[in-house]
Amino acid sequence: MAVELPDLLFASDALEPHISARTLEFHHGKHHKAYVDNANKLIADTRFENMPLENVIRQTAGDEARVGIFNNAAQAWNHAFYWQCLKPGGGGAPTGAIADKIEAEFGGYEQMMDEFKKAGATQFGSGWAWLVLEEGNVLRVHKTANADCPLVYGCKPLLTVDVWEHAYYLDYQNRRPDYLAVFVEKLINWEFVNAEFRQ
Amino acid sequence: MAHTKLTYPYKLPELGFDYAALEPSIDARTMDIHFNKHHGGYVNKLNAALEGRAELQRHDLVTLLGNLDAVPESIRQAVRNNGGGHLNHFLFWQILKPGGASAPQGELRRAIEGKLGSFDAFKEEFSQAAMNRFGSGWAWLVITAAGELKVISTPNQDAPSMTGDVPLLGLDVWEHAYYLHYQNRRDEYVANFWNVVNWDVVGHFFEQHR
Repeated sequence: MAVELPDLLFASDALEPHISARTLEFHHGKHHKAYVDNANKLIADTRFENMPLENVIRQTAGDEARVGIFNNAAQAWNHAFYWQCLKPGGGGAPTGAIADKIEAEFGGYEQMMDEFKKAGATQFGSGWAWLVLEEGNVLRVHKTANADCPLVYGCKPLLTVDVWEHAYYLDYQNRRPDYLAVFVEKLINWEFVNAEFRQ
Repeated sequence: MAHTKLTYPYKLPELGFDYAALEPSIDARTMDIHFNKHHGGYVNKLNAALEGRAELQRHDLVTLLGNLDAVPESIRQAVRNNGGGHLNHFLFWQILKPGGASAPQGELRRAIEGKLGSFDAFKEEFSQAAMNRFGSGWAWLVITAAGELKVISTPNQDAPSMTGDVPLLGLDVWEHAYYLHYQNRRDEYVANFWNVVNWDVVGHFFEQHR
């Protein structure tokens, strides 16, 4: 099946002033679109062409000969996931089942978020920070480089923040920690995180 | 114009030209933030990592990066990232210094043509290396330990010195190097880079290391 570019679930200026319309338009309309287009080009006429995107990612991970497919497929998936983690008026303390899980495993929302922000700030170069469920239903913070994705490691992602510079440079330049703080305080879509957690 | 030996405590160098001097290829705001915040950040974090480490402070930076296995594991990644960041940017500003030849001259020209076919073929290979670097990193023209010219690419702030190569020309393709002006259009940034390379400086590095 063709890899698709999902529409944003909000207007491109809906996250202002935290993430500008200009950033979102480039990020979704250029970066994400390029990953989708490249992935489709690279899987055309291969055994990956009709495969669910998650399987393409798992089956090309670590394969030097298919690094182009992996990079573009994983970035297509990572970005589609990231958009769902964002919402206008989001952020702050979680509610619902995920709040109890965070409390039980991290001792509190703030401890978890300190670790999440630290993962994002210390991912050197390009990459992502994640909240994931590891096998055995264990809640953990991870960081991944470039296109790398927790699906590869048997984890279920619940939340992610993009720390490629293109995600924040027009708005925050070198101040990645400011972007991470705003993401946590103003933008996280906890309904989505809860829905993923319940699955 | 030699490759200067950099030693602890590391310092942000003099840029040697105005932030606006490379416009329109590289804009003044990008230069200011890139130099002061990004490069400055690497210098500060490198010094912090080496604080109190007399046995590491006495080595110059190329030696340190060429022997990362000898750096204690607790600070190895910090030295690699921030030491590479300092060394790479230190070279980058020099080869961008306004003035000088706009194409390689003399022995360097002959070496590029001999090894890589022609100056245009070299530019094509180097540009491809810059475009194909996925994520953050650099494209380089280096002299290998065997004395050969070669185009390579390194991820993140890894420096050619880590594998014994001597860099002559480098292009930063971290998004911070071009995003304010070019956004996702890395190809335009790479194309315009050729307008601002100081080939006299690159030629001096070649004379020094060949």
